[in-house]
Order: sequence, then C-alpha cells, then structure tokens
Amino acid sequence: MIERIADLVNADERLVWRGRFVHTTFLIEIGEAGYLVRIVDGRVVAVTPGPFVTPNYSFALRAPRDAWETFWQKLPPPGFNDLFALFKRGLLRIEGDLHPLMANLLYFKDVLASPRKVAS
Amino acid sequence: MTASFEPIVGRYLNLDLLGRPHRLYVEEAGAGIPLLCLHTAGSDARQYRGVLNDARVTADYRVIAFDMPWHGKSSPPVGWQDEEYRLTSRDYVRMIVEVADALGLDKPVVMGCSIGGRIVLHLAHEHPERFRALIGLESAAHVAPYYDVSWLHRPDVHGGEVCAGVVSGLIAPTAPEAERWETLWHYMQGGPGVFKGDLYFYKVDGDIRDRVDQIDTRRCPLYLLTGEYDYSCTTEGTLDVARRTGADATIMKGLGHFPMSEEPGRFLSYLMPVLKRIRDA
Repeated sequence: MIERIADLVNADERLVWRGRFVHTTFLIEIGEAGYLVRIVDGRVVAVTPGPFVTPNYSFALRAPRDAWETFWQKLPPPGFNDLFALFKRGLLRIEGDLHPLMANLLYFKDVLASPRKVAS
Repeated sequence: MTASFEPIVGRYLNLDLLGRPHRLYVEEAGAGIPLLCLHTAGSDARQYRGVLNDARVTADYRVIAFDMPWHGKSSPPVGWQDEEYRLTSRDYVRMIVEVADALGLDKPVVMGCSIGGRIVLHLAHEHPERFRALIGLESAAHVAPYYDVSWLHRPDVHGGEVCAGVVSGLIAPTAPEAERWETLWHYMQGGPGVFKGDLYFYKVDGDIRDRVDQIDTRRCPLYLLTGEYDYSCTTEGTLDVARRTGADATIMKGLGHFPMSEEPGRFLSYLMPVLKRIRDA
C-alpha cells in the first residue's frame, strides 16, 4: 500500500497545493518494515524502503501492520479512522520533530490516508 | 436558488458575566420550552444551525444558542490582550446560570456538546433544581490529555489550520463533505489560544470523576448522546457516566464528536425522541 502513496498524493492537485510549503522526509514504520517518505513542495518524490543504517528524518510514525491495514480500509471502523484515533488508542507512536507534521496536519492526515482511495 | 431568510434571529446581548461587562452574540428560533445550547471547545453556536432551523424542534422549544465570550461573534472582555484565556469549571457553570438568568429562562433544558457535554454534568451535580432536563452530547467525566496542546497556540503554526487538523478525525468518515468542512471552518476561525483555553477545562479543571456518583438524575433527568466515531469523549466514557448516574445513554451510529453540525439530519433522528420525552414528562 505505502509504495502507492506517491502516485495517490501527486495525482491530487488540491492535496499537493495544501502541502505546497512542505519540504521534509518522514519515517513510517508498518510493523517491522520502515519507509522514508520524502516530500518536496507537497509532492511525494521518493518512498525508500529500509533497512536503514543512519536514517535521516524529521518525524516518525510507527504502528503495527494490522493497525495500518485497518486504518487504510475504505470505511475504517471507529478508533481507526484517523491518525489521532490510532495515537489515542496507543497503536501509533509519533516521535521526533513534530513541527512539520503539526504545521501541516490536515495535509499529512490526508497523505497518510491516501491509500483508502484505492481500497476495495 | 431563491433567496430566503432562515427562521434564526441573532442579536447582541449586553450583560455582566463573571463580574465584567460582556457583549454576547445570541441566536434563537422557536417558542415554548427554553432549550439552551452550548457549543464545543474552540467553535461557536453556528454548530446548532440544524437544530435551530428544524421546525419539528422549534414547534415546542425556544432554541437559544450563544457564542461564549472569546468565541464566534462574542467579544472577549475589555483587557483581553493582557490575559491568557483559560476556561474553568467554576466560570463555565456561572456563565451558563448568568446567561439563563439574563434571558429570564424558567427552568431551561440545557444541551451541550463536548466541553458543553461535560459542563452539563457539573450543572446536574451543582444545580439540578434549576433545569428541566440536561442533554450531554459527547459527554464523559474526564478526558486524559493525549497530545501536547501547546501546538494549538504558537506563532510558527497557523492556529486555525492546526485546530481544524486536530479535530478533523473526530468527525465520522461518513459525514457529508459540506457539513464536515463547515464544521472545520468554525475551528479555523477561532481566535488565537481560545481552543487551547477551552481544553484547560476539558482536560484538566473540568474532571468530575470524583463527583459523578453524587449526580441524582431523579432531581433532574440527564440524557447522553455520543457518536460512535468519537475517540475524544469515548462511548465507554459516556456509558460509564450513565452506569454511575442512571442517565439515559444512546450511542449514535455514523456520528462523531460534532453530531449537531457534522450531519444534522442524522443527529436529529436521535435528538427528537429525547426532546419528546422531556416535553411529555
């Protein structure tokens, strides 16, 4: 799913516009698998799978694979419909420099939820 | 489309609140049993547009919704620039009682959402004799802090955007797009630090876990309605209050933390039976 995030985000003109000042790399961990997602001017320009030796990123989002998969369902059940819902349930850990995330929260929430667009 | 006025009338009320002069924006519609509506933290009374405009409600109820000081079209008090806004339980209870008195309301029903859903528990505890009934939307005795609220008020993060971003997931994913984004727009329009100041009540000062057991719903009926998608005030939190007080609780399917504004029609299907029971009691 996460590999498709670049195409899904970049094809959404309004989402790219909302993130037009975002220039950062963040880490997403899906269970044991890590990916560095690089964003330039709101466009996802690289999704690099781990393992990493010295990963360089602003913030990290870490959750078990089944939590992300439930989050990415077309109509997620209560408790799995939002990053903060996962976070409050203790399923998602958010760490690092949160400024890019919090200053562009609506953007990042939709970036992370973009796989729902192609969920069955 | 044909131009038309809604039945809602909005006016400014000048009154003393908490010992200081205030200019409060108040909307109302309908006639009958007074129903005073309290908006959520960091938003304003526009959230109740669907209730105020519903003829089934206004046939029996005089629906009144005011913007709390610092919110919506109500001004902050003179001197606000030199103070930090922080809502406390004591001030919030007093404000509601003083507004009800200023409007001459005789035993109103109070319906509040989120912080408003919490304060009705305080009203039930402290002033049960003053109210005909209380309705708590998204009501729990306590919500533990789960993120750093200082993000909501700092110069290097846009306050309106981050407040909307924080609450966006509290709306049910099934909510219509127009209502979802209007609900978020209200958050985007909040004044600097106001949502954060309300959350001081919601997450710290308004904790009523130690007094919930003392609420006597025989003295004042208490109804609780909570959306299944609310992860702030959880359905478990509401059911716990109901179990401890004897309140009548309903979990609302397909709704989140802002039922009256995120999908008014669906919300009204849950509210109407409650209003009928209050009217017929």
